[in-house]
Amino acid sequence: MIIETKTSQAIQSNTPTIMTANNVDVFYGKKQAICNVSLNIPENQITALIGPSGCGKSTFLRCFNRMNDTINICRVSGEIKFSGQNIYDPKVDVVALRSRIGMVFQKANPFPKSIFENVAYGPRIHGLAESKDELESIVIRSLKRAGLYDEVSDRLSEPGTSLSGGQQQRLCIARAIAVDPQVILMDEPCSALDPIATAIIEDLMETMKEKYTIVIVTHSMQQAARVSQQTAFFHLGELVESGDTQAIFTNPIQERTQNYISGRIG
Amino acid sequence: MSENHIVASFDNDMSKLESLFQEMGDIVLVQLKDATRALRKEDRDLAKKVVKGDKQLNELERDLNDLAIKILALRQPFAIDLRYVLTTLKSAGHLERMGDLTRNMAQRTRTIAKAEAETGPIETLIRMSKLVQGMTETILEAYKSRDGELAKKVRAQDEKVDMAHNSLFRKLVTYMMEDASNISACMHVLFIAKNIERMGDNIADIAKEIIYMTTGDWPEGKRAKSDKTSKIIFS
Repeated sequence: MIIETKTSQAIQSNTPTIMTANNVDVFYGKKQAICNVSLNIPENQITALIGPSGCGKSTFLRCFNRMNDTINICRVSGEIKFSGQNIYDPKVDVVALRSRIGMVFQKANPFPKSIFENVAYGPRIHGLAESKDELESIVIRSLKRAGLYDEVSDRLSEPGTSLSGGQQQRLCIARAIAVDPQVILMDEPCSALDPIATAIIEDLMETMKEKYTIVIVTHSMQQAARVSQQTAFFHLGELVESGDTQAIFTNPIQERTQNYISGRIG
Repeated sequence: MSENHIVASFDNDMSKLESLFQEMGDIVLVQLKDATRALRKEDRDLAKKVVKGDKQLNELERDLNDLAIKILALRQPFAIDLRYVLTTLKSAGHLERMGDLTRNMAQRTRTIAKAEAETGPIETLIRMSKLVQGMTETILEAYKSRDGELAKKVRAQDEKVDMAHNSLFRKLVTYMMEDASNISACMHVLFIAKNIERMGDNIADIAKEIIYMTTGDWPEGKRAKSDKTSKIIFS
């Protein structure tokens, strides 16, 4: 008997799950953008969300730290669990949640402040440093983890906006990890970068996954194949198939996945 | 899967790859038929034609390799397209080796014919060749129609070739033991038979590739093999 399934070869079952989405629906007004999506996010791994424009992958990503709350007409139902708690529970402190689940956007958006202050901002407002020395050490550690410190160590007081596009994006990554999150959401973080800056970010992600869990939305299937361990394919608001990245790109189960990744539907 | 790729030139490259493979397969089939006929008729001219014909096969393989590398580098195919390109690339290598084996058959046939030597009982060898010809035709059909089930059947047929090879080996060794003057020509015939047996193995390997291409999984377990000649000794 053939059982209809949306899940391809699953990630090794012994990998712990850090976040779980159960039957998530998202509406923008009356329009449904996400239909009944369930997906596990394995810890310390990179999950790539792929699909054509308008398929709902960015909308779904933004559900993971309630970024959709900022859109008035947006309504989310279903459940997303993080550390056993539903993040959509009204008691959840959204600011604290976003310090645990950080985000890096498509376009690098450094604050109009110095490189140092860009990274120090988060730890300062969250009260993570008790002294100036401790704050400095957090900033330096974060810049090192983002692979940027060696390039900016002698100009930490210069504006963040003076950096190149790739450096600005790594500054945003440093800013995200300065508050010591567990999960980092990345929404097309390399789409505005050249291939070298992209390669540097991809290499950085490989290192970062030892400490963080990463969920990335990308339009580049090659990038998804290169960096992720789990891939989820979205189409018209549905999660068509998810599973081990190698299996998705060599032998997907669903015909729609096959047609998308082989360039037959857009 | 939908028929057409969004980028039409991708489909053109894939069609060209398929036609190069089919052309190689067709030539291998003709080469095998001609090499067998040349042996049966002791026809030196036909054998010479087979030897020369291998060059075209090598050139086609080179063109196919270049195109497959271009597709991999420039198109970066995924899923069934990726499996299709890899299967074609690897299977073309098997066809090229089959071409080398037919050339070697023809070279040995020329030697036998030139010496006007007695080849001994070759009916079984002709039967082996016909079996491999049939397998080649069917595997080309399986590739064209992307039919993994048909490939499975072809893969299983190689056992018959092995069994015929065992039988021929015994016959020829007996024939040589009866009269030492037969040895020289019979040794060439034995090598020709081994060439045909190897061609069967190559077809079985192509079948394995096609099963992977169509299903995404390699066939489980080892295929049935019956070549016992390495264990036969007469005293």
